[in-house]
Amino acid sequence: MSVEMFATVALNGLTVSALYFIVAIGFSLIFGLMRTVNMAHGTLYLIGAYAGVAIFYPLYDQGQPYAWIVALVAGMAAAAVFGVILQVTLLGWMQGQELRQTLVTIGVSIIAADQLLAIFGGNSQQFFAPDPLFGSVPVPLVQTGKYSAFRLFQVAVAVGVGIGLWLLLHKTKLGIIVRAGVDDRAMLSACGVNVALVAVIVFGIGAALAGLAGVIGGTAQPFGQEKDVQFLLTSLVVVIVGGMGSLPGTALGALLVGMAEQFGQSLFPTYSVMFSLLLMVIVLAVRPEGLLGKRLA
Amino acid sequence: MSIPGTLKTIASVLVLAALIALPFWSPDFWTTNIFVRSMVYGIVALSLTFLAHYGGLLSLAQMVVAGVAGYTIAVSVPGAIPANSLQLPYAVAIPLALVLSTITGLLIGAVAVRTREIYLLMITLAIAVSFYFFVQASVEYLNGYEGIRNVLGPDIFGVPLRTPKIFYFVTLAISLALYVLVLYLSRAQFGLVLQGIRDNPRRVAALGYNVALHRIAAFGVAGFIAGAGGVLITIFNIGISPGTVSTHSTINILIMAVIGGLGRPIGAFIGAIIFTIVDTFAADLYDRDRFNTLIGAVFIAIVVASPDGVTGFARRVTELLRKPFQIPAAAAAPDQLIEANVPSKG
Repeated sequence: MSVEMFATVALNGLTVSALYFIVAIGFSLIFGLMRTVNMAHGTLYLIGAYAGVAIFYPLYDQGQPYAWIVALVAGMAAAAVFGVILQVTLLGWMQGQELRQTLVTIGVSIIAADQLLAIFGGNSQQFFAPDPLFGSVPVPLVQTGKYSAFRLFQVAVAVGVGIGLWLLLHKTKLGIIVRAGVDDRAMLSACGVNVALVAVIVFGIGAALAGLAGVIGGTAQPFGQEKDVQFLLTSLVVVIVGGMGSLPGTALGALLVGMAEQFGQSLFPTYSVMFSLLLMVIVLAVRPEGLLGKRLA
Repeated sequence: MSIPGTLKTIASVLVLAALIALPFWSPDFWTTNIFVRSMVYGIVALSLTFLAHYGGLLSLAQMVVAGVAGYTIAVSVPGAIPANSLQLPYAVAIPLALVLSTITGLLIGAVAVRTREIYLLMITLAIAVSFYFFVQASVEYLNGYEGIRNVLGPDIFGVPLRTPKIFYFVTLAISLALYVLVLYLSRAQFGLVLQGIRDNPRRVAALGYNVALHRIAAFGVAGFIAGAGGVLITIFNIGISPGTVSTHSTINILIMAVIGGLGRPIGAFIGAIIFTIVDTFAADLYDRDRFNTLIGAVFIAIVVASPDGVTGFARRVTELLRKPFQIPAAAAAPDQLIEANVPSKG
């Protein structure tokens, strides 16, 4: 592998990891606070992407320069609203019954995927990146000396999301409440905090991040049916590798999974999917709680 | 024998007689497309119910195990298209498939028991999805997206296995044998220890049992059962393709087991037959293309209304009828069962 090739693959890995981080952190956050395994997380990604596309194309055809930003906001809002409805109507009142919640989210993801297929059809779709991020920028070392501007922007968004969430969790009242809830829900409730409301807010944030990832990911690569399963798998593997409910853990997990996938793809194109699975098996064998996760009781 | 016991025996004999008489009055379409199909998928659902109910281990990787068995016969028997170089007779290929599926079950168990509860579900789902992408990518050995066609199954006394009545009785015999195996194991020492582990792994460990080993063995047994299902599914579909082991199929097996009720082994078959009937006649009930919306809604309704499925609902109704003036204990605690499937945190 030449230096140029290596640099390109590493940069691909980094940009893919960035997207994985944005998807998986919402999943991890929801699990951390509520112990809910949200099997509809990939569905939230798709809802964000499709809602964005529905808004994007009419505006884009009119030549509006802000079409992409509006689509981004619409995608996040649609996913957040869907997530909040899910939490309020179905998941909230079964709090503590993890298996039942998981089964319900599976049912929801089946219905949602089917309805998305009915509304938007089976063809894959894609956003056009906004003008300032369109095309490529010169990057030293990589092949052809250029790299997609949007995919670099993707990394910036992931860093922004990471810093934003860290500040939210460590510097705000809500963050203190959420972290306390991760440690001991019952005690938090006894302190007079409306835990059910906090759960709705956290679910909304997690879902909005999945929607954000949907629009970002839908700009970098086409999306369509089966992307929900793919991003659910990614979220699962990332948080299992990195550690459930941990912000740095999710970042590390996303980085490892993204790199394993991209280097796997360039070295063994056919069976690259096995690399993330192998990574998961190795981590489970060495540290079942994930690399940066809390030790299981 | 007590009176309820006698009633139970009589009921079992009647059900068995009805099952044997079934193909003689039902049209071949029903025999094959409803009953045989329900049983072949029901066997895989049975392996899931076995793990979930007796082991508290909800695995979504049972279709992977079935797929390993199915692909094993598909790449080794004569007649399969594309042709293979092994050309093993079914008498060798089927035992080989069962051995490999049992080993796969043990391997999945060895990975999965490193963790617990809801994590197990996630890990097995990750394994299932990865396996699907793997078989799709394997063009060289498994013929990628197209899969392998024309796996017709062995001849039984010179008659092709896929003759409707023959296929029905063979599948029925295998289903019954595996069902009895599960019931036997649940009463044998192995099953009792397993249920002890489900309820309180620490105490069972303190008694000197190896918790991890028992759980892995349970995955092995479930692997054998799912493998038998996988062989039959492959013969039923006259071949195997990645679609057979897709996330969709994995979730369908879970839906069958949950609709029927995870609390009873028979629930797997009851769930499978309900699922199959809805699947087959969805066109008359609702838009054919929107079958998934229909089954998803039924699934959510069952999980919300009766988490222990149809069998749990039936049990509560009978208890309600038996003691009309008492508050039935089981009715007050429909959630306990689904909770009991997840071992306590201790």
